[in-house]
Amino acid sequence: MEEKVIVCRELTKRFGDFYAVNKISFDVNKGEIFGFLGANGAGKTTAMRILCGLSHPTSGEATVAGFNVYKQTEAIKKNIGYMSQKFSLYENLTILENIEFFGGVYGVPAAEIKERSDNLVRKLGLTAEAKKLVGALPLGWKQKLAFSVAIFHQPRIVFLDEPTGGVDPVTRRQFWDMIYEAAASGITIFVTTHYMDEAEYCNRITIMVDGKVEALDSPANLKARFDADNMDEVFYRLARGAKRSGD
Amino acid sequence: MSAVVLDHITKTYDDGKVVAVDDVSLQVAEGELFGLIGPDGAGKTSLFRILTTLLLPDKGSATVRGYDCVKDFKAIRSRIGYMPGKFSLYQDLTVKENLDFFATLFGSSIEENYDLIRDIYEQIKPFNDRRAGKLSGGMKQKLALCCALIHKPEVLFLDEPTTGVDVVSRKEFWAMLKSLKQQGITIVVSTPYMDEAMRCERIALIQGGKIMSVDTPDNIIAQFPVTLYAIKADDIYRLLTALRNEPAIDSSYAFGEYIHITLRNGSDIDTLRQQMEEKGHAHVAAKAIRPGIEDSFIRLMNQA
Repeated sequence: MEEKVIVCRELTKRFGDFYAVNKISFDVNKGEIFGFLGANGAGKTTAMRILCGLSHPTSGEATVAGFNVYKQTEAIKKNIGYMSQKFSLYENLTILENIEFFGGVYGVPAAEIKERSDNLVRKLGLTAEAKKLVGALPLGWKQKLAFSVAIFHQPRIVFLDEPTGGVDPVTRRQFWDMIYEAAASGITIFVTTHYMDEAEYCNRITIMVDGKVEALDSPANLKARFDADNMDEVFYRLARGAKRSGD
Repeated sequence: MSAVVLDHITKTYDDGKVVAVDDVSLQVAEGELFGLIGPDGAGKTSLFRILTTLLLPDKGSATVRGYDCVKDFKAIRSRIGYMPGKFSLYQDLTVKENLDFFATLFGSSIEENYDLIRDIYEQIKPFNDRRAGKLSGGMKQKLALCCALIHKPEVLFLDEPTTGVDVVSRKEFWAMLKSLKQQGITIVVSTPYMDEAMRCERIALIQGGKIMSVDTPDNIIAQFPVTLYAIKADDIYRLLTALRNEPAIDSSYAFGEYIHITLRNGSDIDTLRQQMEEKGHAHVAAKAIRPGIEDSFIRLMNQA
């Protein structure tokens, strides 16, 4: 049986009489690339915040890396990585300083940080820039570096919130190479995107509409079920009936 | 007369260390729906800010409806509508108050040009008394468009109106632009989404401050110089890795469920498919396809 890294059962988050997340259930397997799609306001961000241990659900059950989302949020945070479109490294620290800082926060031993950060910088082709401030890097490089930092402590799962927004088409694909490589090394990928071609790169996809999971399957099965040529069409069919709109 | 002219415009920041716009020239015709297509940092916003008289170029000249962007800034400001990439209405004024404010600022009223905004405004009218800061992303975008239109501009500048917006709202937004165009307004719109390029009459592909190509989307696609193939197999990532080490391959990029490839001279697709099957890739399928704008963009980027 495949190892489950995220287990989610009827997870619900209510604000007053508004159900931001309404009884969602799904499992994510180890090493899987799991796409989490939905229209603006569908409840993606709220669900992701619960799974990252940043928000308590109203009801339902969920475990992330085996830890309970009600009681073990600190353990969850130690076992996950997180990266969003909004760049979150320190612009006025160098590349090496950022790696050292975040590695330290996540408890990677100093000797290991030293050794692995040199390898990482070499692999990214940033040896010449290693001692330069991160703020001076082009956007595409920043996003690749931010991803590398998010998985530097070798988390069980990494949450990526629209990681490729606004990035040029070549860098966007290099970024997905890094995602594939991380998944192959056993890190589970939980990713949101507005690019429907990227939805195709996922092993499985959920599409959220108005707080509920309306579809959960592989891209090929979803296309077959909706008799659609591409994911854009699948998404459009599901999401156009949405009652809610938001950020 | 062209509605918008950029003539050898250059803009640098940080004492010339950062070149945001590098010797850009282009023209937008009257009544055209023109797209600036490129990623973040390509120079799109700098161009918009020069054309809307908010930023001075280092070199070159620009005109909007024949008025110079430096000397005639007042004449331009009353004739254009501008929707910046960042939401910039008053967050603590209501929907109605924002609209009234912008109409008054331009010596007009909501009633005077109601026809122009009717279809868009009626979608947000039920929230007339809600503060702009409390609106959802999609509603903010509609209100911002109404405010940019309320004085009946001759030219509309929209900087990344659909960024971060989902597929459904993006389709609605482009339908709105089409109907505005039918009312004779010239529209210059930027987007990082390559698929939206097809909705413009002409586009400029822009990267690193330079224009790589300006033409109709169909012509840009027709200029793709070689045959493009789409290939797939059961394990797409394994196939992509294998193709990269294949001497017959000139370029290979993942595109949804397929990989788009071009071949070197003297190679053919059937031989390649056989080779991949012999190497253990299951269900290899390949076909010649028509390139998209994103294929053209990548090819031009790699030539630069």
